[in-house]
Amino acid sequence: MSSLILWGLLWEIVGRAKLTFFVPPLSEVIETLFSIIGTPAFQKALLETAYAFSFGVFFAVVIGIVVGILMGKNRLLDELLLPWVNVFLSAPLTALVPVLMVLFGFGMQSIIITTALFAVWIIILNSRAGVKQINRSLVDMANSFGASPMDAFFKIYFWAALPEILGGVRIGIIRAVKGVIIGQLLISIVGFGALFELYSANFLMAHFWAVLIVLFALAFTISEFLAYLERRVSYYAAKR
Amino acid sequence: MAMSQIKEDSNQTEVVKSESAVSVKNITKNYGDIEALRDMSLEFPRGQLTSLLGPSGCGKTTLLKIIAGLLEPSSGYVEVNGKSVTGPGPDRAFVFQDFALLPWATVLNNVAFGLEMRGVAKSERESIAEKYIGDVGLAGFENSYPHELSGGMRQRVGLARALSVDSDVLLMDEPFSAVDEQTRRKFQEDLLSLVQNENKTFLFVTHSIEEAVYVSDQIAILLPRPSRVSEIIRPSSFRGKGVDNIRRDPEYLDIVDDIWSSLRTYVE
Repeated sequence: MSSLILWGLLWEIVGRAKLTFFVPPLSEVIETLFSIIGTPAFQKALLETAYAFSFGVFFAVVIGIVVGILMGKNRLLDELLLPWVNVFLSAPLTALVPVLMVLFGFGMQSIIITTALFAVWIIILNSRAGVKQINRSLVDMANSFGASPMDAFFKIYFWAALPEILGGVRIGIIRAVKGVIIGQLLISIVGFGALFELYSANFLMAHFWAVLIVLFALAFTISEFLAYLERRVSYYAAKR
Repeated sequence: MAMSQIKEDSNQTEVVKSESAVSVKNITKNYGDIEALRDMSLEFPRGQLTSLLGPSGCGKTTLLKIIAGLLEPSSGYVEVNGKSVTGPGPDRAFVFQDFALLPWATVLNNVAFGLEMRGVAKSERESIAEKYIGDVGLAGFENSYPHELSGGMRQRVGLARALSVDSDVLLMDEPFSAVDEQTRRKFQEDLLSLVQNENKTFLFVTHSIEEAVYVSDQIAILLPRPSRVSEIIRPSSFRGKGVDNIRRDPEYLDIVDDIWSSLRTYVE
């Protein structure tokens, strides 16, 4: 937190020194932030972004956790899918966006898929890692009491992998923020992507930074909330 | 601990060999080229405690897991109450060496887990679990988490979980090896009264000779490479003399010595 204040001060100084038009003073940015935050254009952008982001993250989390746990449990599936997961984890997904546009059109659907694609791979890998380190005798224990595969999945594997899953979801969500903006910029100019496009094209740097701060604040809040959840389960993370 | 002391006057030493609760017939288990068990046959008398004792690598845990239905034998079969074992079943409950508790669940939910898997309704399984938590001496710890308990208390949770499903056969895989010496002694005494009071058949894997002789009605000595039953010992005279006298009973000491002399060549 004190580091944020320090950097904010530096920003203000650089802005006031008028070193570059690209960096207006932080105080001016914040002033702009409050002036645009109530405007219909901003709220529409926020809504569109939140919509694409929520759906994208939702699919990424559900698919990521299920696929990751199944990969951790099943060696065949793991060997089949792991190379692809690793490829997509490091692939420049931005380059794939045009392909998505061809496949899914220029609308919200493609943006949601882009968002999910940015987030899902790290969630898969982390869920898989969480399952890989599960104590074998917990699985034996569940089996010995006659647990069905569904019981084992939801009552053993999911909980045992939860600390890693939450870590993966946290990083995945941060990637999804990038995904949703890139999707909006490249696919159809809506949401915050449209605002970025508009402000930077018109050299409205204070506006540009204001939107970026809003985005940062949203991502930061979600990630802190997940970090809080991670701490809630840390009491057993070390003792599985 | 709520379990009562062994009755001093009990006269169970001369139990005629009753029918078997568990029969192991010609079990062979291979892991690739490695032969873990070869053509092993063994009977486990009903209502008694049988120990599987042997040096490490003799396949005692493998055999126990095959009986539990957690591992499949390469050939041969296991019968529990006359029925062939094809997988885990409600007639058997397992106590694990490392306790195998759910670290994210309370003691109550851990003990109730077996019942939950068997489809017992929540309120019913919780009241059953509470009873067994009390029986193993953990009343008041229902809402604690495993990491808040000592090793001995954790194994009591594991034991309560296995008891609560009320299986005929209790499979115990070195259950006391991860707890300290004093707790282990207490556990051994408690186990004796458990065998006496519960009408269950106990299969007990251990690597401790003293422990095996102390708690067992029957001891199966397993030897490795290839794994086989080399000897079955049935202590006869000291079982009814009370927990305090067993360790200085001449027969107890003789059996411990005999087992050691037959095992020592297998210990590097």
